[in-house]
Amino acid sequence: MSAYIDGIGLISPQQTTDPARFLPEVMEYTADFLQVINPNYKEYINPIASRRMSKLIKMGITSARIAMADAGCQMPEAIITGTGLGSVEDTERILNGMNAGEQLMNPTPFIQSTYNTISSQIAISLQCHHYNSTYVHRSFSFESALQDALLQFEEAAATTALVGGIDEMTSNHLGIVRRTGHWKMEPVNNLRLLSYRTPGALAGEGAAYFILRGAPSTSHYGILKDVKTFYHPKELQETSLEITAFLASNNLTANQLDAVILGYNGDIHSDSVYDQLGSGLFNENQQLWYKHLCGEYFTSTGFALWLAANILRHQYIPSVVKFNNQPADSFRHILIYNQFRNINHSLILVSL
Amino acid sequence: MPKRIYITGIGIISSIGNNANEVLSSLKAGKSGIGEITLFPTIHKGALPVAEVKLSYAELLSLAGQTYGDKFTRTTLLGLIAAREALESAGIEDVNDRPTGFISATTVGGMDRSEVFYGEFLENTGKGRLRDVINHDCGESTEHIASELGIRKFVATISTACSSSANAMMFAADLIRSGKLDRVVVGGTDSITRFTLNGFNTLMILDKTGCHPFDEHRAGLTLGEGAAYLVLESEEHVMPEGITPLAELRGYGNANDAYHQTASSPDGTGAYLAMNQALKMSRMEPADIDYINAHGTGTENNDLSEGRALERIFDPMPLFSSTKAYTGHTLGAAGGLEAVISVLSIRNGLVFPNLRWSTPMKELKIKPVTTLMTGQPIRNVLSNSFGFGGNNSTVIISEPTKPL
Repeated sequence: MSAYIDGIGLISPQQTTDPARFLPEVMEYTADFLQVINPNYKEYINPIASRRMSKLIKMGITSARIAMADAGCQMPEAIITGTGLGSVEDTERILNGMNAGEQLMNPTPFIQSTYNTISSQIAISLQCHHYNSTYVHRSFSFESALQDALLQFEEAAATTALVGGIDEMTSNHLGIVRRTGHWKMEPVNNLRLLSYRTPGALAGEGAAYFILRGAPSTSHYGILKDVKTFYHPKELQETSLEITAFLASNNLTANQLDAVILGYNGDIHSDSVYDQLGSGLFNENQQLWYKHLCGEYFTSTGFALWLAANILRHQYIPSVVKFNNQPADSFRHILIYNQFRNINHSLILVSL
Repeated sequence: MPKRIYITGIGIISSIGNNANEVLSSLKAGKSGIGEITLFPTIHKGALPVAEVKLSYAELLSLAGQTYGDKFTRTTLLGLIAAREALESAGIEDVNDRPTGFISATTVGGMDRSEVFYGEFLENTGKGRLRDVINHDCGESTEHIASELGIRKFVATISTACSSSANAMMFAADLIRSGKLDRVVVGGTDSITRFTLNGFNTLMILDKTGCHPFDEHRAGLTLGEGAAYLVLESEEHVMPEGITPLAELRGYGNANDAYHQTASSPDGTGAYLAMNQALKMSRMEPADIDYINAHGTGTENNDLSEGRALERIFDPMPLFSSTKAYTGHTLGAAGGLEAVISVLSIRNGLVFPNLRWSTPMKELKIKPVTTLMTGQPIRNVLSNSFGFGGNNSTVIISEPTKPL
């Protein structure tokens, strides 16, 4: 079962909130982590309602509204969100309150800290009583949400779905997780991310919502053909076989892909997986990368899906995302391959 | 006709027992697991009761078949114990002989460790043991459990507050129906943490005496902890392979109340929609339901909202009770615990009482079952799981029917 991508709302460290424009200008940063460019949330959310909302919730509601406007959708029949960490900011507030003696704590951060708050705040703001769910599995979160949407269409339980991937980063949280060695220890230039050749990824954040439809519309970006996740492959050979099998089940081979979007994040250990596939299975392909534009976060494949959808719509690849240069004049099939520490691997196939 | 989904195994750990047999004994004996907090230091000790699994870390580790280290969170260990029991109960020796997934629900993930870390970290940002915080996110418990069980084909984690496990069961069933998986170990796990205790306390919805759902004088919920998993399998191989299923997942529904982030609508719109969807999918009439395992948290708001939705659908009202007065509210695990309890009800012809109930709610006509009922022909059980954010879900579990 496939789905039609009909509308997109993306809030990211790039200028992406206007669906009519495809990367008009590339934002360059030298930073510890990449932060989103906040739109004027008041244009999208009632100021009284937004006063208590933390950043993540505002990002979620706003990107959802942009996606719905882009698709001309008034009421989705399912709202499904993927988030690896939920509201980090609210969680920290509660922990701070507990540390201050467990007394006179404010209920708002607790209410907003539950992972399903984004999906449910969108439902409340739309008065949407339909199917509503939230996936919270590391870098599978967004993919699980997409898989669920495809199943809803297959079961004929919905004809339209609002599906998103959203995560935030705070400097406090980065301060903690940096000690694991999985994140860059110094500020880096995002556009030169691969030149450092050091361990650790460049952290980022973003919110991407999509309107998916079970049936074709006149204005879709492309078709979400299939989504697959696989966990903890034992060796590269197994990863390669999983990818080949996924393509075969969609009647494709690697050679037929017009572009492959890879999850390079600047961590030399993690990136070696892409290097090996890039000189192996994907040797002949136009390879792209995107995390220098948005940073690494659990639901970064939302950014990648936005990129793939726009390449299909505009039939053009911005040079900033090109990892190599292969001649191509049209784009029909794009594969997104991402992995997190060689544990969580995911594949998203989009076609024209 | 949609593909049948059979329940072939169950596993559970909670404050009223470390496995299905112990839980059944406590349910029959009317023995509640609610008591004083012992797991962590807190100013709420003695003031706010909870339903803890009375096992230390070392005891949990040994019950989970682990002998080493402290890499697991409490959430993981509870989950691992229940998931192993579910696989054993289904008689599965090799989880990879068929495409098998593991889908788990949780609301706190590894918070039991990260809250300890964060306290030390706030005093000194160089302090705190890293192993206490790298397991913070919700996916951690799922991955540790999946790895210990040997499941690699498919893993996912759901968090929709207190309806998480019910939604995990729906996702699992949809994956089986679509043919992507043959079998899924599905359920949820949550440990009691200082974080959740303080969080719920800020909302002033914790009962100082232990919850008494559907009672006029109810004063809130009581937090519990635990884990429960079910093995769901496709009809295509259950019957041909001579497996005797325990029960069948006949239908489910998910709707959003879209009313308020933490309060249910007065007329229970979301609850009404979820129950109706589940009935419709099961091709059942309200009269086909023999027992309702209600969400029944004991908060003023939930029980009124749920009660009104029940009265809108059911007339006459079937036998119903909330078993949270036994287990406490186990949040993300609750839908799993109550699905297992529903299977126990069907298998043993029992309806478990709504403990500590004395006075009918003045707004409602319905009254829960208050004493153990034995020898009941229970064919179909409807189980509700409602969560913050208006995430309302219902599952219908039945005696297994035979494929045509």
